[in-house]
Amino acid sequence: MTSSNLSTETTQTQAAPGQMGKGDTGMARTNIVAEPGKQEIIITSVFDAPRHLVFRACTEPNLLSRWWGPSRLTTVIDKMDMRRGGSWRFVQQDANGSRFAFYGVYHDIVSPERLVFTFEFEGTPGHVMLETLTFEAQDGKTKLTNRSVFQTVEDRDAMLRSGMESGASESMDRLAELLAEG
Amino acid sequence: METEHVFKALAAHHRRHLLDSLSQTDGQTLTELCAQLPMSRFGAMKHLRILEEAGLVTTRKVGREKLHYLNPAPIQDVAVWVEHYRRLWEERFGRLEVVLQELQQQEQRNDLIEP
Repeated sequence: MTSSNLSTETTQTQAAPGQMGKGDTGMARTNIVAEPGKQEIIITSVFDAPRHLVFRACTEPNLLSRWWGPSRLTTVIDKMDMRRGGSWRFVQQDANGSRFAFYGVYHDIVSPERLVFTFEFEGTPGHVMLETLTFEAQDGKTKLTNRSVFQTVEDRDAMLRSGMESGASESMDRLAELLAEG
Repeated sequence: METEHVFKALAAHHRRHLLDSLSQTDGQTLTELCAQLPMSRFGAMKHLRILEEAGLVTTRKVGREKLHYLNPAPIQDVAVWVEHYRRLWEERFGRLEVVLQELQQQEQRNDLIEP
């Protein structure tokens, strides 16, 4: 077996702590694995909170809507039928009134350990992702793993590329916020 | 160079092996590189061409030999791409942390009320 050091090195990055964000907590350390030629993205982060609370924040509409979407958009939970076969739909709206909707179906809900559901952007119908969220308790902290599996490598890469576009504008919004505060 | 080409070039196991090999010994000949892959010379040349097109490998002719060199710059571009996506999630998780802090404070208050 030959190693693929080269590729894993470039696609696994670790957060620089306390670079951004408000308050004194600093940002969660977030790790990403997106290997070339694979159809998945794995994102992990450890939160300084017990597992049942992290699970609640991911499964209760009024909590989820506060953190899921980027801050420049308002997120409205249109539907969240939390049971096997039940569907969900979130609508995001920007300042100009443009809307982006996402929806899917829940496949497995094991409180407070695991959540499996499909994810689809209404703007690109037929491109379905399978999401698996696992919540692991670690000495009072919680490790959250978000594994997204795409239908094709191209779909996976398109999702990664989207971070380039939306990520940049989000950062600009943050900068504007900080400047306004100062 | 388009990052998409780079991702495609990196997507094959044999091509990653060629890059690993060049990262250890730069400036290898076609014969040296082909010997490392379990395929025909023609097949190996095809992989090298894809790497060249993605800008990951550059070549130089020295006499009758063609030498191959690793160019890591495009890989850094892909890393930037992934890093932006990671940061997007980090911002999202930063907001989740704020929600979690509130939930923890609520629980502590409830504990005080109901001993």
